[in-house]
Amino acid sequence: MSHQHQEKVSYWAIVKNGIIKENTIFRLVISLCPAIAVTNSVKNGFLLGAAVVFVQAMVNSTVALLRNFIHPRIRIPIFMLIISGWVTVVDMLMAAYARAAYKEIGLYIQIIVAFASILARAEVFASKNKVGASFFDGLGSGLGFLVALVTISFFRELLGKGTLIGFTIVPVKPMLIMILPAGGFLVTGLLMGFFNWIDMRFYGGKGAGGAGGH
Amino acid sequence: MAVAKKEQELIVTVSPHIRNDETVSRIMWTVSLSLLPAFVFGVYFFGPRAVYVTALCIVGAFFSEWLVQKMTGKEITLNDGSAFLTGLLLGMNLPSSAPFYIPLVSSFVAVAITKQLFGGLGYNIFNPALIGRAFALITWPRAMTTWFEPTAAFVGLDAKTTATPLAILKEGGMQKIIEIFGDKMSLYTDLLIGHRAGSLGETSVIALLIGGAFLIYKKYITWHIPISFLATVALMAWIFGGREGFFTGDPVLHLLSGGLILGAFFMATDYVTCPSTRTGQIIFGIGCGLLTILIRLKAGYPEGVMFAILLMNCFSPLIDRNMKSKVFGLAKEAQQ
Repeated sequence: MSHQHQEKVSYWAIVKNGIIKENTIFRLVISLCPAIAVTNSVKNGFLLGAAVVFVQAMVNSTVALLRNFIHPRIRIPIFMLIISGWVTVVDMLMAAYARAAYKEIGLYIQIIVAFASILARAEVFASKNKVGASFFDGLGSGLGFLVALVTISFFRELLGKGTLIGFTIVPVKPMLIMILPAGGFLVTGLLMGFFNWIDMRFYGGKGAGGAGGH
Repeated sequence: MAVAKKEQELIVTVSPHIRNDETVSRIMWTVSLSLLPAFVFGVYFFGPRAVYVTALCIVGAFFSEWLVQKMTGKEITLNDGSAFLTGLLLGMNLPSSAPFYIPLVSSFVAVAITKQLFGGLGYNIFNPALIGRAFALITWPRAMTTWFEPTAAFVGLDAKTTATPLAILKEGGMQKIIEIFGDKMSLYTDLLIGHRAGSLGETSVIALLIGGAFLIYKKYITWHIPISFLATVALMAWIFGGREGFFTGDPVLHLLSGGLILGAFFMATDYVTCPSTRTGQIIFGIGCGLLTILIRLKAGYPEGVMFAILLMNCFSPLIDRNMKSKVFGLAKEAQQ
């Protein structure tokens, strides 16, 4: 779809687009590294996802606000400065108010700077659209990332530890491989295939990568 | 039957090819047959549980093949024997103590994920049975390294657990292993016959060699991979295997223990995942041997055949690409 939403496209449609049609993990297949690194428990997946929602929405708004003042030739460094500014905000907030969680996923919070998804949305959407639309695009894209992380970590924690958000659900012997990186690849790949299958079976799509765009 | 007509013809070497009436299914069933002696020995030593574990693997493999082919709308090819062979090989690679979910889950991983999701027979990158076993070993490390003692079966003894020769070697060295098995001669005899702890189909070297020789006689496999694999392991074990310095290792012990013979003759020679040129196969075998010894002597696991073959599977396409046979009748520059 076109990324020029000058008018008439509702904000809800933009959010939905970010969550489903251009889902960072399952459709665009970018930012897979954090998706596999932190998803061995639902809590960590959710926290990183929430941080990304915030950063993505704020970065998109800021880029959209400044889009007419950024020279196209140096736009990528400027975007990176904006991104690292907002990531620093999240990083410091978490370090101050969520010590326990920060100890576990602090490293990945700082690495949000390098997430392909953040820069991608700033480049393809926020640099061409108004502030409102850009904010909701960031929100939708971030929520898509959040949903993907929670889905992956749901299966990995359930199969790998037999727990969900720390509570024991399955008392049988868990499958250790699922909380190891190999399990992350397995679950992500199988889920991606499943969503592609749904897309092809019920919505007549071609599956991720099949469209060849983005 | 329609199935018989649709069977693929098998091409295993670089051109020129001679066509004959070998089919995938005939090869699969013959290889399964050649595994029979080793399996019988496994049942003799480990009892009914060996049958139970292997049967679960085969059922799991058949079900996974059927399920994926049904879901993807492909033709159901259960009679081609490849699912049976994968299940059988996987079963022979598991300890007889494995609880029921290990054979079921790992055969699903082997057939559904490693083979069918990559495109089905002939398209898998890795040996399915070995991926199934690797998955099980990483997922249930405790259960997968609990070995029953080979009590010549059916005598009604309670199964005792014990360590494999390689694990003993890693922990206690050569003295310890000779202490347990008596003297050196009875150690070698026991290993040759298969009277030791281990995966249920890997222990009997003599039965595996009969099967391997049968496959070479039938020209289903060539000597290149097994011999280069075994020779490398023997050489490296002799040079680096000893604790007293170089050239003090025991190559015979390393050759006869672990899953080496099963791996060298039946797993590394898998048509789909090994190189198809002769030179390539020798390089493949040497690579497998080096990695096996590296893992056995230096890594955390006592046995390295499985990971060695899987790692070399990755290199198969690369080896093949660099070992193209010379095109007959072309000038040298044109061949580049």
